[in-house]
Amino acid sequence: MTVPVIELSDVSRRYDGGPPALDGVSLTIRAGEAVAILGPSGSGKSTLLNLVAGLDRPSSGMVTVDRVRVDKLGEAGSARYRRAKIGMVFQFFNLLDDLTVADNVMLPAQLAGTARTVAQRRAGELLSTLGIDRLARAYPGRLSGGERQRVAVARALMNRPALLLADEPTGALDTASGEEVRQLLNELHAEGQTIVLVTHDLALAESCATRTVQLVDGRVAADTTSKASTSSPVEPVR
Amino acid sequence: MSALGKVVRSGVGRRRVQTVVIGLVVMIAVTAAVLGGSLMVASRAPFDRAFDQQHGAHLTAQFDAGKTTAAQLSASAHATGVTAAAGPFQTAVITPATSRMGPADPITVVGRADPGGPVDAITLTNGRWVTGPGEIVLQTDLRLPLVFQPKLGDVLRLPDLPGSPTLTVVGTARSVSETAGGWVVPEQAATLTAAWALGGYQMLYRFATAGTTAEVDADRDAVQASVPAGALSGARSWLTTRTNSAGNTVLLVPFLIAFGVLGVLMAVLIIGNVIAGAVSTGTHRIGILKALGFTPNQVVRAYTVQALIPAVAGAALGVVAGNLLIIPILSQTNEIYGTTDSGVSPWVNVAVVAGALALVTATALAAASRAGRLRTVDVLAVGRTPGPGRGHWAARLAARLPLPRPVTLGLAHPFARVLRTATIVAAIAFGAAAATFAVGLSASLNQVEATESHGDVVIQPGRPESGPPPGGGPQVASGPPRGPDPVAVVKAITAQSGTSGYSGVASTEVTAAGLTDSIETLAFTGDNSSYGYRMVSGTWFAQPGQIVVATPFLAATHTQVGDTIVLTDHGTPITVRIVGEVFNIENRGMQILTAAATLAAAEPDLLATTYNITLKPGTDPASYVTGLNATLSGVEATAMTAEDETDELLLIVNALTTLLTLMLVTVAALGVLNMVVLETRERVHDLGVHKALGMTPRQTIAMVIASVVVTGLIGGAIGAPIGVMLQKTILGEMGSSVGFNLPAYVINIYHPGELVLFGLGGLLIAIVGALLPAGWAARTRTATALRTE
Repeated sequence: MTVPVIELSDVSRRYDGGPPALDGVSLTIRAGEAVAILGPSGSGKSTLLNLVAGLDRPSSGMVTVDRVRVDKLGEAGSARYRRAKIGMVFQFFNLLDDLTVADNVMLPAQLAGTARTVAQRRAGELLSTLGIDRLARAYPGRLSGGERQRVAVARALMNRPALLLADEPTGALDTASGEEVRQLLNELHAEGQTIVLVTHDLALAESCATRTVQLVDGRVAADTTSKASTSSPVEPVR
Repeated sequence: MSALGKVVRSGVGRRRVQTVVIGLVVMIAVTAAVLGGSLMVASRAPFDRAFDQQHGAHLTAQFDAGKTTAAQLSASAHATGVTAAAGPFQTAVITPATSRMGPADPITVVGRADPGGPVDAITLTNGRWVTGPGEIVLQTDLRLPLVFQPKLGDVLRLPDLPGSPTLTVVGTARSVSETAGGWVVPEQAATLTAAWALGGYQMLYRFATAGTTAEVDADRDAVQASVPAGALSGARSWLTTRTNSAGNTVLLVPFLIAFGVLGVLMAVLIIGNVIAGAVSTGTHRIGILKALGFTPNQVVRAYTVQALIPAVAGAALGVVAGNLLIIPILSQTNEIYGTTDSGVSPWVNVAVVAGALALVTATALAAASRAGRLRTVDVLAVGRTPGPGRGHWAARLAARLPLPRPVTLGLAHPFARVLRTATIVAAIAFGAAAATFAVGLSASLNQVEATESHGDVVIQPGRPESGPPPGGGPQVASGPPRGPDPVAVVKAITAQSGTSGYSGVASTEVTAAGLTDSIETLAFTGDNSSYGYRMVSGTWFAQPGQIVVATPFLAATHTQVGDTIVLTDHGTPITVRIVGEVFNIENRGMQILTAAATLAAAEPDLLATTYNITLKPGTDPASYVTGLNATLSGVEATAMTAEDETDELLLIVNALTTLLTLMLVTVAALGVLNMVVLETRERVHDLGVHKALGMTPRQTIAMVIASVVVTGLIGGAIGAPIGVMLQKTILGEMGSSVGFNLPAYVINIYHPGELVLFGLGGLLIAIVGALLPAGWAARTRTATALRTE
């Protein structure tokens, strides 16, 4: 059995005295797993993702990612942690409109202090692998949704993260673009990338995830190993 | 409260930084404008009122009785431009002595039967006008302490005249044109002229146009052309009298106006920027308001009133501050006129406040008009970040710089909003200009003050007291000090190790043709008389018969370097040549500097009372003074280190300059703060993305600070030269307002290295302004920022 990448131990998150967004969640995700977090709006999916990404801190409990106690990190520590361990893909891409595709992709490496030439080489490889190298000098505003999400994925993989977090990655895409992204995630998982996927989309969860965790009212309602990897052989991305 | 009122209130409450910035910038502009305007009015109003009432003389002309006749002078009243004339009045210079006060300075007396007339209607302040020989009415000089004011019944002895006649003071009067030191009946004037001296005539003229120096000069030339050549021996313009009457407060007006203009320009820029920024960041909100039924006019009014509320508060505070500051400054003018004028000028206050608020309204309306024009459907859909295509070239260029990525990201930010950046560049430029100007002005004024220092050690007459005076009371002066034995003093000075040079200074009073008052004359001995004096043109005197004077003397006597004039010293005429124009502010420039030998014929016993000594480099003044005093033990003289007392006006100028500069720099920094706050708000989502990708708080601060570096550098690079230009212009204006030409030594005080530092001052203003929002950006929670649309 592979080592745990994410360990949540009795994690709760409460905002301003309201009902808990997460309530005593314990969860272990191992390296190489592709886990889909499912649940209705307000069930705590995004809160869980934020806690794992170090964007938020639990009110109680422990969050450990790749042997790092994320819940103990300060702002600077969280930032360094995200650079080193996490790649994030967002529903609305969150690309920086005033930077070219290449500059967007290079940004996490450059924030980590990687030399521009080294970052350029790595970005070139990723864009080529993802089939969007022709867009390197384009600006995000001119790309289709699917192309933007591919750019976002390339950016997420820039620092070779231990964990790829995807928050509704197909939520803002049309069917064709959604399918492209789904395939891309499968390919990444086939390469051994650990993925945590937050989605409403059951089809996406079924096709990409080896395990689904169902959240209801901040609690784990179900935790199911859904299938073995369905990915076909692909070129290595990492 | 109406819906519009609620929108305004919530806008003011939500945008505290912008509200404070608007309030402060308006306060500063109003403070400077109230100060400048009130001073301008207060420094000239008393003179102008009195001048109008007395039909003051635009030109007081002195004629040589040997070269013209009374009839010819009467005809000069028809010269081109003359609207009214009085005279000719016969004049004489007397050196009276009184039993009460002993010998006095020479004064010009004028024979006038009547104090009234079409020009220079003299106001009797006490007693009556002269009715016959043996009587005199003296000019009241309210600048003198009461004890020195003439008193009715005083008898003036005239020992220089045959038979030592006397004149009894029967009245005191005030001629705002200062046409004479005293008045006697016309037949008496003729008897007061020494047998060997030539008599003179005075003519008083009013002209159709005499508002400027050039106009008065042209009028004088017309009068001169109407009389025989060489007959006009001197003339005084009313503008000179007015400037002298206004006191030093007039000096403050040019630089206060400069600060006022800077403040107003900054107010326009920053208020425009704040409102435009509020519209820009509130685009979505504007869409909602319009969707709810607000008309475009209501939206524009809402944003305009959001600016007007803090502007009204700032204007009120500015009026209070300006009026509070003016009171101590005007105390000098009050002393001169014996008034208790507070300096508060209601119409100036009203005009400034109305002007400021009109400007704010116009600026805010212009900036808010975009809010009214925005289409509801568009603004509901639009995001906050700049649209695509803005500043991409800068981002690409910056990305290639060999600098940390957060820095290069920040460097490109200003180019996304060029107009906003330009206004902040201008605000920073004004801040840097104000700082450069203020430092330069202060340095120049210090140079001016340095010209009053003429040595490291000074010898004064008298011995230091070794104990309390008998009876324990204060020491009482017993008449004017006599100069110590010059041979002994000079021997002691030259024998003392460490002496570099010295000058002995004797002071006396002489009269000059065309001037009603006597002129202080410093007569020098020694080898270092020019020390501390700065020449504007010409040279220092090199031999007897040469004099050096300041610009006001040249202007008052209508002479120039190279001219020859006649001075009268104790009744003895001395012909001298003006060889140099010196920068000398003593007695407001009405002082003659010459060699003691020049006055030897008139005053053979004139002794130097003071000795100024310069020391060789490395000489300790205290040790030198101890040694010199030991040598001077047998002489009625005491050496002491020269102490420079800071002039009160300099203190006021420095304090006001520092205060106004700090305010302007603060506003510039607040302008930057406002811009960075806007930028941070607009880019908060991008900030969240950066943080999600691993940007640390320190990197965030670096990015935000870097975003103002270019702005600050450009602002500084523009502002420093503007500050230099302002310093030169304003200093020149300040000098000319009191009749001085300033030497290059006083004006050119900036070194290239200093200018670079002032340029970098713009960067400092920008960074200080960006620090606070940089901290906010660093502390912004990533998840919150990512959720912000």
